[in-house]
Amino acid sequence: MKRTLAVAALATIAFAGAAEARDQIRIVGSSTVFPFASKVVEQFGKTTSFKTPVIESTGSGGGLKLFCAGVGVDHPDITNSSRAIKSSEVETCAKNGVNKITEITIGYDGIVVADSKKGPEFAVSRKDLYLALAKSVPDPKGGDKLIPNPYKTWKDVNASLPANDIEVLGPPPTSGTRDAFVELVMDVGCEQFAFIKAMAKADPKAYKAACQAIREDGAYIEAGENDTLIVNKLVENPKALGIFGYSFLDQNADKIKGATIDGVKPTFENIASSKYPVSRPLFFYVKGEHVGVIPGIKEYVAEFTSEAAIGEDGYLPQIGLIPLPADKAKVVKEAGKTLPHNVK
Amino acid sequence: MSEMTASAVTGGQRTRELVAAGIGRRYRAEKRFRAFGLIAIVSALAFMALLFANIIGKGYGAFVQTEIRLPISYEVAVVDPDGTRDPEAMLRANYGKLYRDGIQSLFPEVDSRQERRVLNSLISSGATFEIRDAVMANPSLIGKSGEVWVPASDDVDMLVKGKIDRHLPETARRVTDREIAWIDALEAQGRLETRFNWRFFTQGDSREPELAGIWGAVVGSFLTMAVTLALSFPLGVATAVYLEEFAPKNRWTDIIEVNINNLAAIPSIVFGLLGLAVFLQFFGLPRSAPLVGGLVLTLMTLPTIIIAARVSLKSVPPSIREAALGLGASKMQMVTNDVLPLAMPGILTGTIIGMGRALGETAPLLMIGMVAFIVDIPGGFREPATVLPVQIYIWADSAERAFVERTSAAIMVLLFFLIAMNATAVFLRSKFERRW
Repeated sequence: MKRTLAVAALATIAFAGAAEARDQIRIVGSSTVFPFASKVVEQFGKTTSFKTPVIESTGSGGGLKLFCAGVGVDHPDITNSSRAIKSSEVETCAKNGVNKITEITIGYDGIVVADSKKGPEFAVSRKDLYLALAKSVPDPKGGDKLIPNPYKTWKDVNASLPANDIEVLGPPPTSGTRDAFVELVMDVGCEQFAFIKAMAKADPKAYKAACQAIREDGAYIEAGENDTLIVNKLVENPKALGIFGYSFLDQNADKIKGATIDGVKPTFENIASSKYPVSRPLFFYVKGEHVGVIPGIKEYVAEFTSEAAIGEDGYLPQIGLIPLPADKAKVVKEAGKTLPHNVK
Repeated sequence: MSEMTASAVTGGQRTRELVAAGIGRRYRAEKRFRAFGLIAIVSALAFMALLFANIIGKGYGAFVQTEIRLPISYEVAVVDPDGTRDPEAMLRANYGKLYRDGIQSLFPEVDSRQERRVLNSLISSGATFEIRDAVMANPSLIGKSGEVWVPASDDVDMLVKGKIDRHLPETARRVTDREIAWIDALEAQGRLETRFNWRFFTQGDSREPELAGIWGAVVGSFLTMAVTLALSFPLGVATAVYLEEFAPKNRWTDIIEVNINNLAAIPSIVFGLLGLAVFLQFFGLPRSAPLVGGLVLTLMTLPTIIIAARVSLKSVPPSIREAALGLGASKMQMVTNDVLPLAMPGILTGTIIGMGRALGETAPLLMIGMVAFIVDIPGGFREPATVLPVQIYIWADSAERAFVERTSAAIMVLLFFLIAMNATAVFLRSKFERRW
């Protein structure tokens, strides 16, 4: 009995001694920002004497949850996010002692609707996309009433579109890309109907259900978080459309093409000049309490916000990040040097 | 009497007639049964062949990498401008200029800034660091010049390997006509070759497909497996021996047995959540560490090992035990000298199969932070590391075309380890197995 106790005590000591100083930056967060951040991390590790930071791809929400869990070596220093921090998350942060947060915008990401090169040209409006993908839509026969989505082919939605069955491969609800798609396409599309727009004030719940619920009858296929897989499926099925980030279109321009949305093609220039309507800013958040405690945070942020990284000719735009316009870029570079605690 | 014999005769005849009538049907049924079995095996084999053909067909390309031979002159003014040979200053020198000067000296007619940038992009950005490391390792190079093989960028690599079709219209591919002309010129001069991709086997992960390697994940897998084996084997065998040889048979041991069998069927992600709550949050162990990964996988493998060990202990005949006890051995001597050695081949087989399963797991590691982008090769049990299946997942999710072949190549490496482990299990069994 005594010996067992001694062993248990030893084991506890061995484990308890674990929470020691850390000399390596830890980053969590969005899978959309992950490819860009990992490139910066690699560059940072190779060109400085600091250890290469470790990045986990946890998704924006998961990342902010870990980030806000507290101050100290057990908690990450930086989180990447494909959406802005919510006020509820700022509150959680504050409750756990994380008060000095710096928000840095690194650029934009376009969300594209694409199909195989062998498929037909698609020129859609956001209203078309809403009608094709929503769970319930306004009755095509007229009247201010919602009915379960009756549309089978694109031609049913809009006579100028091809007569192919509606078949869209897209991200599942856990994905930040899906959130952004719903916000930037579905919401905008459904607000073109005056009676739904009126619902926003009167009955926000019904409004949300009308605008944001995506059909579940097989026309929209949740294809998981793996965008490479969606691209491969599009190549095999020229009649299907896929929804994913711009960098996958950029890398696979020989296999797939982007649909024109509201008259604008998803090109690098159009997204950068914000002509293309479906794009969102990407961020990362720095924990001020850790700056100066964990070595290298300042230098890492400086690398990420440098001209060599996010500038127009930088290495991140080369892999699909849409750079910031000049005036915003200037603000971001300044913030990268001073790390103001700009999240309240 | 005679009536009875007659009825027996007719009865026997009836049986024979019935058998004769049914025999064709029974033969046919057996034939069908065999055919179904054969079909099952053949289709399973066909699918396996398809899988292997697909993976190898996609992945073999990753074992070679397009490289470009550049004339590099290690100018003193660039590498060591102060002339101090101070390693710290030399580390920060602009080595990128050396390879850019190298490729531009091959195409002196390219003079606009824009075009030069495109020309430079034929070379991987990793060339900078390879040249730097060469100079740091051998400072006597400074001031001299030589020919150096550097990796080409992933787009050039994909074009040379035919994964980007050069016959497509220019707008539809990532490599322009101009770049193709340069690539062809380099090839004609013998300066462009596909060579064995040693980086794939020696480097850690990278965002640049041409620099990404599997070694970091192999080391991470090795460290994790070492922890798992060191903990789960002794614990598992001790548990099995106690339950099988010493424990009384009562309600409590029954409950324990049922629980062990249930544990073996629990989805692995649950063990990850447990690991997060216990090892990270309660004991405060570092995230992403092979130590924690090994602990979590130990929990997962233990039931498999315990069950396999109990089965093989059970299969040792009671006569062996009785003989040992009869000769005056204590119960412990009987177990350690006689029963355990005879059960060992079976225990080892079970352990290796359990380890093979643990080697392929990603789900429990997600929760404890081992699904991460880690460039540095892990140097110990507490340093951040990732494992082979996670590396495959991360590459499969990357946009760059060149990661497709790397994903398949990494699968080949993982399969190689799994097959090697299973072959060891088969070997151990056939070598040490005793029959009674």
